[in-house]
Amino acid sequence: MTGQTGFATALLDPARPTPEGLMNPFGGPAGKRFDVYRNNVTVSLTEALETGFPTVRKLVGDAFFKAMAGVYLRANPPADPRLALYGTSFPGFLARFGPVAHLAYLPDVARLDLGLRQSYHAADAAPFDTGGMDPAEVLAQRPRLAPATLVLSSRHPVHGIWRFNTDPDAPRPPAGQQDVLIARRQFDPVPHLLPPGGITLARALKGRLTLAEAMTRTLAVHPSADIAALVTLMFTSGALTPGA
Amino acid sequence: MLDSSAPRALPAAAGIGYKAQHFTGLMADPGPVAWLEIHAENYMGAGGRPLAQLRALAERFPISVHGVGLSIGGEAPLDADHLSRLRHLCDWLEPASFSEHLAWSTHETGFLNDLLPLPYTDATLARVCDHIDRVQEVLGRRMLLENPSTYLAFAESEMDEVSFLSEIARRTGCGLLLDVNNVFVSATNQGWDARAYVDAFPLDAVGEIHLGGHDEDTDDHGRPLLIDSHGRAVIDPVWTLYAHTIARTGPRPTLIEWDNDVPPLPELLAEAARAAAILTPVEAAR
Repeated sequence: MTGQTGFATALLDPARPTPEGLMNPFGGPAGKRFDVYRNNVTVSLTEALETGFPTVRKLVGDAFFKAMAGVYLRANPPADPRLALYGTSFPGFLARFGPVAHLAYLPDVARLDLGLRQSYHAADAAPFDTGGMDPAEVLAQRPRLAPATLVLSSRHPVHGIWRFNTDPDAPRPPAGQQDVLIARRQFDPVPHLLPPGGITLARALKGRLTLAEAMTRTLAVHPSADIAALVTLMFTSGALTPGA
Repeated sequence: MLDSSAPRALPAAAGIGYKAQHFTGLMADPGPVAWLEIHAENYMGAGGRPLAQLRALAERFPISVHGVGLSIGGEAPLDADHLSRLRHLCDWLEPASFSEHLAWSTHETGFLNDLLPLPYTDATLARVCDHIDRVQEVLGRRMLLENPSTYLAFAESEMDEVSFLSEIARRTGCGLLLDVNNVFVSATNQGWDARAYVDAFPLDAVGEIHLGGHDEDTDDHGRPLLIDSHGRAVIDPVWTLYAHTIARTGPRPTLIEWDNDVPPLPELLAEAARAAAILTPVEAAR
């Protein structure tokens, strides 16, 4: 083992002894001095996860989150120094982590937290502006989803769970499944409840269809979709940018 | 050939580490703050508020880009992707300064998010110099290298930290960032004389000074063990060491670092004013 391999391995595994060759400056074993580095790594990465997954943290509580973050970060340290990207594998980890198996919705809540962060850092894009167009012209446009726009399909009421844990006046989450549209009008991403058909509409727009074609496809798959409400949500949320 | 004349050099005045919550306050009234320092890795996203704020700040303040993740002291080659991200940032921002640390943080297991120590040997010296040559070549500018806070010693070390840093500056032509709090922390932890460290330091190479707060702990034997936490005000003995340094160097760009438990802006401005007061009389007397 090279010096830094031994150092890094022992940093992430508190059961390992302090690597050889590390001392206190008076010639004795490094002891607690090595633990300062262990602690810095664990605490700083735990804080990054706490910042990145606030709703998950609220749901499981601070102490449990800290312990769980410790398990995750030791097996999954960041791939590179951009901590804003850290934790992309955290939702998958939660889906496999036995102690939270009873919270089946937790991985999707983590995906929502992660999506909000990804949207926050995504590229800026011009809003899709239909000012001055007649309705036929609007329907012939091929708007795209802005880089900051994400959709999330869940078997759980993930939007309601997010709201209930974020807004003190929010109602208890309903039963059933919910889809979410994350979009940014300027800088602050907002998760919107995405009504039935919304995922299909978003996919159609990603596929560079015209607005009319995307609406037709959505109604073909979801005949009862409130297409006017869906299109209005896409327009007002800032989800769209002009197509090429 | 390295271009050491930055388009807008950092002024020999007080600056603070930028925190997003202070954006509005700083734009309204920066008080004694003449420049700002940002952590490079926080501005590597594709867009959104962080980059918009940085563009606005850069129109008003000279900016120092301070990297915390390049792992210059790492055994592995520098991460080419990360280096090109740094280059992209420096290319569009055209900062007044770029600095990094004498430390490592990346290993094949991943990024460990701490400034980890390295032994001071001929082999590590050669490796660090190679890495700095590469950084300066890719960025097309002279960089500053910061002295670390350290908590332990290496049996294999062959030279003292000041000799190690002096030799790096001599071989690579890089400048140095003298973190006076780190000197105080390391000197306490390692049993060195902090003032002697400053006196031996190649002060001509110092392009920037850092000041910050630290926490106090003890080691297994009850000896003081200071932790570089950046979570509180600069303590008086560090101010004294800073005044001693400035008396020798003359005015140098001086940064107040406060990264954890970040206080309201007025408290940071008061720290910056204290640094400015130490910088100014020197300027007047010269």
